[in-house]
Amino acid sequence: MAGTPEKDAITGQHTTGHEWDGIRELNTPLPKWWVYVFWACVVFSVGYVVAYPAIPFTNSFSSGMLGYSSRAEVEVEMQQAALAHKDQIDAIAAKSLDEIAADPALRNYAMAGGQVVFKENCAPCHQSGGAGAFGFPTLADDEWIWGGTLDDIYTTLQHGIRWEGNADTRLSEMPAFGADGILEPAQIDAVANYVVSLASGAPQTGSDGAVLFEEQCAACHGFEGEGQTMLGAPALNNQLWLYAGDIEALKAQIYKPKHGVMPAWGGRLDDADIKQAAIYVHSLGGGQ
Amino acid sequence: MSLIKHHEKVETNVLVLTLGIFLTVIIGGIVEIVPLFSIESTIEKVQGVRPYTPLEQAGRDIYIREGCYNCHSQMVRPFRDEVERYGHYSLAAESKYDHPFQWGSKRTGPDLARVGGKYSNEWHTRHLINPRSVVPESIMPGYPHLMRELNYDDIGARLATLRVVGVPYTDEQITNAKALLEAQATDGLDEVLEQFPKARSGNLDGNPEKITEMDALVAYLQVLGTMVDFAEFDPAAANAYR
Repeated sequence: MAGTPEKDAITGQHTTGHEWDGIRELNTPLPKWWVYVFWACVVFSVGYVVAYPAIPFTNSFSSGMLGYSSRAEVEVEMQQAALAHKDQIDAIAAKSLDEIAADPALRNYAMAGGQVVFKENCAPCHQSGGAGAFGFPTLADDEWIWGGTLDDIYTTLQHGIRWEGNADTRLSEMPAFGADGILEPAQIDAVANYVVSLASGAPQTGSDGAVLFEEQCAACHGFEGEGQTMLGAPALNNQLWLYAGDIEALKAQIYKPKHGVMPAWGGRLDDADIKQAAIYVHSLGGGQ
Repeated sequence: MSLIKHHEKVETNVLVLTLGIFLTVIIGGIVEIVPLFSIESTIEKVQGVRPYTPLEQAGRDIYIREGCYNCHSQMVRPFRDEVERYGHYSLAAESKYDHPFQWGSKRTGPDLARVGGKYSNEWHTRHLINPRSVVPESIMPGYPHLMRELNYDDIGARLATLRVVGVPYTDEQITNAKALLEAQATDGLDEVLEQFPKARSGNLDGNPEKITEMDALVAYLQVLGTMVDFAEFDPAAANAYR
């Protein structure tokens, strides 16, 4: 198949000299622009190897004349971004939550920043705008389990609720009145019925349930069912429920209570971010 | 041009061509791969990274079985937008006991490299059973079948296999793998924590009756990205060679 390259009469180009069954192959040169780009790339690659990390040695590698590192670059970027917001972030870090809330410009800034933090970290449970979901409290209403002042919200955010591994986490445990045999099934029925009447605004005073409620529940939930945020005991004298307010749900909760868990955000988020989130949550409608 | 003549010899001889290709690939491989094993800064020296507990490892196997990696990466890249959203960028050290690693490159859902500790166990369970119940706009499929019983008869063998590829499980951990798994999935966390700090425990899926696949997967998700304490991480030292 190998032969002598010869000039092709039709195209005017030389052939490669290869021939298969009488078919010959033209040796058309590559376009000039392509060849120039190719050599330019070769020259560029030499410069690239010198400028950027490229050559491996035994225990290390060439770091390049520019000293480029994607990690160093992100550090610089983060520092620059922090610098652009330095005045506001420093002010938020230095001031108390009440002071931030009293300063309209700073409060606006914290609202915007807090909203970003909320959307990424809080909305998966508490839903957008703090609308809440079954088992995840609504943040836009007046009922607060652990308190709705700026400082209460901040503490809850910082330490979480029943969060393993945070020493200052908010902790409360309602007894399992049924599962632990504190109350008989009939007594649980009576208390649950009383709580339904309490929530409807017309408590059945003097009923068995009312007596049991005073004995067993009032210490935390209050004699009028007004709740106690110090103990994380929700109010029972309204129609706002963390789980559900029908008789079956109440019986289940008294028998063996569900205990919600919220992560501690201290350590995961910056203190300034937590403060901004507290300002935002406080503004959702229920802040005290 | 004698060089072209020689080239023709290579091109027309299958054996010589194959050998030539083989040699080229070997040289390329040696230059690109071998230095990663000898360069000291490939894996950062950080505190806290430990092998997975037997329950977490079982959860990891479920993560891979269900194809979670098809939509979720586990790699926070060193860009400002990622660091601000997810937290500190991922270190190579954090996946040094992952075989195979789950870095991924497809993000239909969010990155999961730092999902540990971000949500409660209950949230994870409800979200995995029906994602729309907690995230209305989610397009993730539900995995309600994970509430079935976990099969962990071979967990010791799985740990032993991982040891072959370099995960430092002790003989004792391999022998006691089943007991450790059961301890973490019930109440015996202290015993597990001694050997595996930061493990999360208990009745993770809200069903105390049995150890489910959900227990295992939630245990795995809850430890992701939490092992290194970044308060004690010195980027300058870890990046000295970068």
